[in-house]
Amino acid sequence: MTKTDPKRIPQTTPRQSATFSQDVNSDIRRAAATGIYDIRGGGAKRKLPTFDDLLFMGASISRYPLEGYREKCDTSVTIGGLHAENPIHLDIPITIAGMSFGALSGPAKEALGRGASAAGTSTTTGDGGMTAEERGHSNKLVYQYLPSRYGMNPDDLRRADAIEIVVGQGAKPGGGGMLLGQKISDRVAEMRNLPKGIDQRSACRHPDWTGPDDLEIKILELREITGWKVPIYVKVAGARPYYDVTLAVKAGADAVVLDGMQGGTAATQDVFIEHVGQPTLAIIRPAVQALQDLGMHRKVQLILSGGIRSGADVAKAMALGADAVAIGTAALIALGDNDPKYEAEYNALGTTAGAYDDWHEGRDPAGITTQDPELMARFDPIEGGRRLKNYLKVMTLEAQTIARACGKNHLHNLEPEDLVALTMEAAAMAQIPLAGTNWYPGKPGTSY
Amino acid sequence: MQTIDLEKTGLRETNKMLHAQAANTNQTAWEIVNAKGAHAIACGLDAPIEVTVKGSTGYYCAGMNQQATINIHGSAGPGTAENMMSGKVVVEGDASQYAGATGHGGLLVIKGNASSRCGISMKGINIVVHGNIGHMSAFMAQSGNLVVLGDAGDALGDSCYEARLFVRGMVKSLGADCEKKEMRPEHLEILRALLAEAGADAKPEEFTRYGSARNLYNFDVDNASAY
Repeated sequence: MTKTDPKRIPQTTPRQSATFSQDVNSDIRRAAATGIYDIRGGGAKRKLPTFDDLLFMGASISRYPLEGYREKCDTSVTIGGLHAENPIHLDIPITIAGMSFGALSGPAKEALGRGASAAGTSTTTGDGGMTAEERGHSNKLVYQYLPSRYGMNPDDLRRADAIEIVVGQGAKPGGGGMLLGQKISDRVAEMRNLPKGIDQRSACRHPDWTGPDDLEIKILELREITGWKVPIYVKVAGARPYYDVTLAVKAGADAVVLDGMQGGTAATQDVFIEHVGQPTLAIIRPAVQALQDLGMHRKVQLILSGGIRSGADVAKAMALGADAVAIGTAALIALGDNDPKYEAEYNALGTTAGAYDDWHEGRDPAGITTQDPELMARFDPIEGGRRLKNYLKVMTLEAQTIARACGKNHLHNLEPEDLVALTMEAAAMAQIPLAGTNWYPGKPGTSY
Repeated sequence: MQTIDLEKTGLRETNKMLHAQAANTNQTAWEIVNAKGAHAIACGLDAPIEVTVKGSTGYYCAGMNQQATINIHGSAGPGTAENMMSGKVVVEGDASQYAGATGHGGLLVIKGNASSRCGISMKGINIVVHGNIGHMSAFMAQSGNLVVLGDAGDALGDSCYEARLFVRGMVKSLGADCEKKEMRPEHLEILRALLAEAGADAKPEEFTRYGSARNLYNFDVDNASAY
């Protein structure tokens, strides 16, 4: 028997484990070194079924299109007309989601107000109260009513154009907020009535009500305080959308904001962001079904959020039954968040442009998610506002382009029948037929 | 004295009348009869008027009060004087859960007992309870003073920040990061003033002060079991 020369044995390619991938291993090493879970901002980064898995069919003989540069395609939306004396009228159905002063700098909040107002839409406060910057620069401002009640006062409540009772958010259904000590500046501490520099925890439940019956009374109180003038939204995470939307409407909401797991947060545990909640694509149809079962679709408006990035996403959300959408992360990117021009600084923070999500640490090179005066000074709120306005305009034009191609003279006229799904998962979640078939996975009586 | 029959007038018109009072109104004395446990009575007031509610109230009576003095001649439902900014609210009977929740200012006096979560997340309000308070009171309390002439239930002051908690009787248990504190002269002065304003027959020296141990102010993995 001859012995094989070890030098002549073919070498196998080093094989990475799918289970213990480099990402997983780095998580384990980080946990072993620090003893604390990873905290970050943003929404779910894992690959999920999304609106990209849906396509519009467009028009042909059976449907005729509208002329792109001539025939009108309306984009306006009215929110909160059911109970409120002064519902909100928006030129476009793309709103700015709640983001707190504290998580964001004052100039960043100002830029959001400038951009949204120029585009004819609303902005939303966040945990930490209403700042002069955002009230002053937002033609339509939605005031969030959160469990922490930081900065909550009746004067600001009456200054708001709408009130949004936050029950949950998509990034962390069932979780509260956190703002670590390094971002608790003097101004943030004063607004939140907390000592400077401490880790601030926001409660996960409201302090003075629990359950839908209480919520109905809480809505009554807020309406009484504001004289029944402004709409009251209820924001829920995409947890159990059919039941949550049903209960919100029964409690008297004028509008429901529904946030999928791609929706961002200023800071929470990575494990929470990636493992709790449902994809935005999966939550819209049960929510619309709930509204339809109550006879409230289009009467109580549905505002969908969580990973909305383009006019195509807007059009798809509206085709599936939403009245409007809200954007958060996309708006920050439009302002300049994660811009490659700061690549060297992102590298110095151990990350790269596009992946930076340690917003809670307050070291944002773009000067947006920080309270550091030097970093904040890098951000120009006027230029930021202009960029956001442009982005909102482009999204609107894109959505109109699609709507006209489907023969619709209003974005609200888009419908599920305009769509097909590219994947089984998307077809099942969005209750849309798989492309090339009449098959709705899971729906009895449908087939190839 | 302006008297409103809530049953006949309805909640909306009642609150509308009270909200219409300006800072210099001559109509400073109001009485609401037939309250019958209705919710949101006299919430959102913002004038130096005195409102007496005859009968027990439902949820959120005197919610977000500013300037007004509101007397409840009965017991009060959940969330009484929630998020109060200023003024004074006096409950002659007992108060349900969340009394004075998230209040930023003013004085809430409860002549009877208060249920659980009294003073939850309080942000500057002063609360004086002549009787006992329930469990989880002053949870995440940020600032202000909670004075209890009777006993406190479980988990008093859990995760509290800089609120001062004064209890004359027994405390069943303290919550996470809440500890007994030294009673210094300035605290006795605060107590003396609050007890006098609340019409409470007690001496400051009979109370024990509790507050935050400040161990959980910044995350430390060695404290993980307390979170």
